[in-house]
Amino acid sequence: MAHGPAKGIGRWIFTTNHKDIGTLYLWFSFAMFILGGTFAMIIRAELFEPGMQLIQPEFFNQMTTMHGLVMVFGAIMPAFVGLANWMIPMQIGAPDMALPRMNNLSFWLLPPAFLLLASTLFMEAGAPNFGWTFYAPLSTTYAPDTVNYFIFGVHIMGASSIMGSINIIATVLNLRAPGMTLMKMPLFVWTWLITAFLLIAVMPVLAGAVTMMLMDINFGTSFFDAAGGGDPVLFQHIFWFFGHPEVYIIILPAFGVISEIIPTFSRKPLFGYSSMVYATASIAFLSFVVWAHHMFTVGMPVNGELYFMYATMLIAVPTAAKVFNWITTMFKGAITFETPMLFSIAFVFLFTIGGFTGLMLAIAAADIQYHDSYFVVAHFHYVMVAGAVFSMTAAVYYWLPKWCGRMYNEAMGKTHFWISFIAFNVTFFPQHFLGLAGMPRRYADYALQFSDWNMVSSIGAFVYGLSQILFLYNVIATITVGKKTSDDKTWEGAHGLEWTVATPAPYHTFSTPPDVK
Amino acid sequence: MIKGAAAEKANKKVVVLSSAGVVLMFAFAVFVMPPLYDLFCEITGIGDKSVEQYEQATVNSIDESRTVKVKFITNNAATMPWDFEPKVYEVVVHPGEQAEMSYFARNRTPRNMVAQAIPEIRPVTANKYFHKTECFCFNQQPLEAGAEADMKLVFIVDRDLPEAVDTITLSYSLFDVTDRFPNEFALLN
Repeated sequence: MAHGPAKGIGRWIFTTNHKDIGTLYLWFSFAMFILGGTFAMIIRAELFEPGMQLIQPEFFNQMTTMHGLVMVFGAIMPAFVGLANWMIPMQIGAPDMALPRMNNLSFWLLPPAFLLLASTLFMEAGAPNFGWTFYAPLSTTYAPDTVNYFIFGVHIMGASSIMGSINIIATVLNLRAPGMTLMKMPLFVWTWLITAFLLIAVMPVLAGAVTMMLMDINFGTSFFDAAGGGDPVLFQHIFWFFGHPEVYIIILPAFGVISEIIPTFSRKPLFGYSSMVYATASIAFLSFVVWAHHMFTVGMPVNGELYFMYATMLIAVPTAAKVFNWITTMFKGAITFETPMLFSIAFVFLFTIGGFTGLMLAIAAADIQYHDSYFVVAHFHYVMVAGAVFSMTAAVYYWLPKWCGRMYNEAMGKTHFWISFIAFNVTFFPQHFLGLAGMPRRYADYALQFSDWNMVSSIGAFVYGLSQILFLYNVIATITVGKKTSDDKTWEGAHGLEWTVATPAPYHTFSTPPDVK
Repeated sequence: MIKGAAAEKANKKVVVLSSAGVVLMFAFAVFVMPPLYDLFCEITGIGDKSVEQYEQATVNSIDESRTVKVKFITNNAATMPWDFEPKVYEVVVHPGEQAEMSYFARNRTPRNMVAQAIPEIRPVTANKYFHKTECFCFNQQPLEAGAEADMKLVFIVDRDLPEAVDTITLSYSLFDVTDRFPNEFALLN
């Protein structure tokens, strides 16, 4: 009964194959990465020098908003869903995802969602301009009319995420190969299982928030409007009740990827497997009870500030356990530095820096100074870019040979890594200085004393942006003309079921389940 | 690995439970979080938006041994063009004493408008000890184009006000709610 993929465009539109859908997700997210990256380049070009050079402040606000929305919801989240589609069935010995048709639907909801969002750029009222956090009343009373497109886009995108999560939970719980107990699952599967629960818990809250916005804007309710007895601060609570788990939704699968790659290239099993699982679960749990640390300046009772400060710092404990486990895995390992390993080591190093600045921001008293400054921008780009994006890049290099049966160009991969690593730090490290010196985020212009570091940051950003073209080129060249490989195990130290199937991975794998000892 | 009909049943279970979770969390965000937040605000006294009339339960004797300074400030919400200010900027009262003051408002625009004032009290610990027995903020304020009005506020500072509080600031923000109450002027006539 084994048959290959259908021919023509219909293969992609009607596919229920987890590998095809994974590929669609990955390409879609890369397209969004380029789009969001273009917005970032416009932002950095405008900030290259003080004064207004290229664009109007109104457009600048649209760029910061769209950059955030497209990167978070269009690039990073779908990228990890794509990876989950490709890898979870292969890692647990399942023939496909549990609900293949829903899988197709959850991908094909994404393009319309982001078309709705991106189409606002060409409308008279302009794209959303209220920041990716869309605080009311900026996003309600003072929003451009296009806010309704944004709201519907978020609804559709949220539905897609929820369906994707249900699918992942069903697959992991019901389709594991005989003998694959929960505590034998690869960590990437574990982190995704927990992430899927987080998504199911908080995507509806996001949907609720935008629904309330919709009601306030169009139907005269006043959830967030003080004039009618509502409160804009309520919006911030609801948003961050979604938003804080959301940052772990982004980073937990990244943890999973790193936990796969580091043991492979250290040629040692992962140190502290079970503690990794428990740490992931604790981080997920804690993510629900710390949200107001994003809002220390709204005027909270001091006891509230203290609680959110201590609870936030508590997250450092399981996170540090993970970092120590990765380092211990590498300790005395026979390490080789292929491209995926380089990105993974950079992840551990840079994510930890982002974690430390997060701890600084968690100090309620100090946060009054850091709040909404470039220090915050630097902090979350260390965890979003050097965290999520670096791990995603590592994953692509790591599994690409298995996906397409061709080896990527190692020299080009390493070049991509070193340019990315250096340019990333040139871009974002100076933003710590800018923030501590008092430069606020989300402004199209700045005072003269911030000129030098902004120029450095912009140069770094351009180089980082361009280096991603090298990545794209390397991937396309690999798929089309890369050196063929048929080793089941691409990497000497690799373990796991995905390395037991043929290379390139056949269209259907594990039609009969493997026996896991 | 679960197979065949059993797999279908197991998958269905995941879908049903997850969907129930999704509906539950949506309802939590829309129907539970807003009232929960209001409750939280009421308990802590932050942003207490209560514009309900205070009913004096017992005759409150006046505590002449101490005085409390009450300051009045006003703000206009961004789109609100009225003149709006207190007639006096501060009064000194004894706890338990009923005091009266008023605010001046003028609709400078050429159109009939309706306003709503939202109170806010600092320090937040004083919130539950500041009682409004009569206030223009209990209702909307309609003013015809160019009209002006004195708006009355009668209040009592509770005798149980904590010793540490010697100054209370009452702030009013005035919002334009004309669109919400299109019938206000019809009712006036």
